[in-house]
Amino acid sequence: MTLDSIPHDIRARISSVDSRNAHGLRLMEMGLVPGAPVRVVKAAPLGDPIQVCVHNYHLALRRAEARSIHVTIEG
Amino acid sequence: MSAILEMSGIDQSSSAVAARPLTVIIAGNPNAGKTSLFNALTGLRQKVANYPGVTVESKSGEWAISDDLPAARLIDLPGLYSLDATSLDEEIARDLLLDRGRMKADAIVVVVDATNLVRNLYLALQLIETGQPIVVALTMYDLAERSKLKIDIERLSAALGVAVVPVVAKQRRGLLELAHAVLNVGFPQEFQPLRLVSGSVQDQTQADHHTRQSALIKRYATIERIVSDTVETSDGSRKNLSERIDRIVTHKLLGPVILLLVMLLVFQSIFSWASLPMNLIANVFSGLADLVRAYLPAGIFSDLLTDGIIAGVGGVVAFLPQILLLFLFISLLEDSGYMARAAFLMDRLMRAVGLHGRAFVPLLSSFACAVPGVMATRTIENPKDRIATIMIAPFMSCSARLPVYTLIIAAFFAGRTVLGIVSLGAVIILAMYLLGIVVAIIVASILKRTILKAPAPPFVMELPPYRLPNPANVGRALLTRSTVFLKRAGTVILSISILLWALTAFPRNQTNQGSSASATQIENSFAGRAGRLIEPVIKPLGFDWKIGIGLISSFAARETIISTLSIVYNVGDNSDDKTSSLVDTLRNAKRADGTPIWTPLTGVSLMIFFLLACQCMSTVAIVRRETNSWRWPIFMVGYMLALAYVASLVTFQGGRLLGFS
Repeated sequence: MTLDSIPHDIRARISSVDSRNAHGLRLMEMGLVPGAPVRVVKAAPLGDPIQVCVHNYHLALRRAEARSIHVTIEG
Repeated sequence: MSAILEMSGIDQSSSAVAARPLTVIIAGNPNAGKTSLFNALTGLRQKVANYPGVTVESKSGEWAISDDLPAARLIDLPGLYSLDATSLDEEIARDLLLDRGRMKADAIVVVVDATNLVRNLYLALQLIETGQPIVVALTMYDLAERSKLKIDIERLSAALGVAVVPVVAKQRRGLLELAHAVLNVGFPQEFQPLRLVSGSVQDQTQADHHTRQSALIKRYATIERIVSDTVETSDGSRKNLSERIDRIVTHKLLGPVILLLVMLLVFQSIFSWASLPMNLIANVFSGLADLVRAYLPAGIFSDLLTDGIIAGVGGVVAFLPQILLLFLFISLLEDSGYMARAAFLMDRLMRAVGLHGRAFVPLLSSFACAVPGVMATRTIENPKDRIATIMIAPFMSCSARLPVYTLIIAAFFAGRTVLGIVSLGAVIILAMYLLGIVVAIIVASILKRTILKAPAPPFVMELPPYRLPNPANVGRALLTRSTVFLKRAGTVILSISILLWALTAFPRNQTNQGSSASATQIENSFAGRAGRLIEPVIKPLGFDWKIGIGLISSFAARETIISTLSIVYNVGDNSDDKTSSLVDTLRNAKRADGTPIWTPLTGVSLMIFFLLACQCMSTVAIVRRETNSWRWPIFMVGYMLALAYVASLVTFQGGRLLGFS
């Protein structure tokens, strides 16, 4: 599953990040690395971007970017 | 032996030193408290400049680092998340940090947010890997203490191999210890696990994806280990508070409503609250001009002083209330963390027209006045997005256009209603505003597809925890912005004011005094001749040479067309109600063959011209300043003029074809 498709408020962990382009590296530098705990907080009123909580701080990213982040649900 | 003092050649044995000042760079993540620390260390001894050739600002200041030494030069870099730069800001910061720039730093202070250790340590780790003298300033330490975050400073310092100094900038805690640490900084201890990647960092930035990715992952693994060794878990209460606030602030329905209210507040302040001080300033300057006229003998010099210089300077200073108010709000919104939420809410809409979410506030502000609006675009990090926003900001019908719209409506569309309810005038004004927005959107899309084309940068943006803005920081930001405006934009505006005054004042009208003197003066001046010269060109737009003079002089400031037209059409100098007599004059102005010069169609054509043309030297000056080149303001004036001409042409000729006169 990818970060843009998991339900809100569910604890998950990042398993891998598509980094074929510079975007992926950028996302990882911002803390979205494999192994990091992550949680989707909400989506903007128009559905995009989404707000996620990673390592206890909050980031906003577009769904297209979130699609590069693969996660596993922890419960 | 202190590496830093050794390198700078300071003889430590004697206390009286004639040493060169140290240079210290401050680096760190955005929102990590870098600016607060910089302000606390430098006080008011700061100055702002542009890095050569680019729009990024450099901030430097003096840090009284020790009683025995000259003040150190402290350089504040743009915030960055990693040395693998993705934006121009970060590239500049990266180059300086890697010693490639002209400034060789004696030491680097890395600001690390104690409440956000994991991500902040990423940059710190990269910098430590470069092997330069580094001190870590652990900011937000009071917040960490309050949320019961326990950080073992000694262990952290040992793990990183550099000094770690907790600071609380706004309470001025830890500053002396920081100075001490910087003066005694050595090179990072040889700490094998941190030599994570082979080769220098320079090699790294050219390295391929795979290498960079594995380096990245290794660093984060190291960070996780260090943090779990040195930090006892927090209860994250501050974060929870922010999340609770966000439940309302970025709520699907309430969020946009709150944003609308906030924007209305900002708009209202620039539009109406600023008008009181602006009128005050205008009165002061016209009083000054009267004083000069009373005490100096009438003549060229007196005119230059009153109509050229005092009017010019007064025009510049008149902007200050709007700029100060707008930046007050922007500082408060940015420092509190709300700005990021606003961008979050607006991004989808802005992106649909090719702009960044952060373009919303500057563009909205431009409805009051483009000058502070353009200055506000500095919150947009991507330079191409920023320039695109600057280029379309003038299409937001600013308050200076209103007198022109009002005049035309009063002359030709007065007293009529639409559907019996709304006045035609209000509908027309609304239409002008909407037209401006539509044109802006189209132009932005074209620009982003052509000359400002760039691969879309990743949007990923931090939503910092809500904080109470620090009054000292806000005050300093206001001081900086106003000084920058007065010094840079002010000089350009003043020069152009004087130039335009000269164009209308020369050649001198020697013949008569009396009520038609000013009209004759203007007609025979260079500006008047220019008006006649361009008449054939503007005739297809429905304008004659008198309007031509108005167009030329209003290129400095739109509103001046009212007074220029009054003079050219000989509306009495003493009339208080220039507009109404001007209205009558316009309605009755006839050509030699008896046909009216001014028709409703002419009026509409003029309004459209004024909507689209860039007739504001203040905007030109501020765009020059913010883009750090003449290329963009010239382009802006050029393309807007072309657009205005074509639109006016289409309106007038099209209207004629359709049977309107």
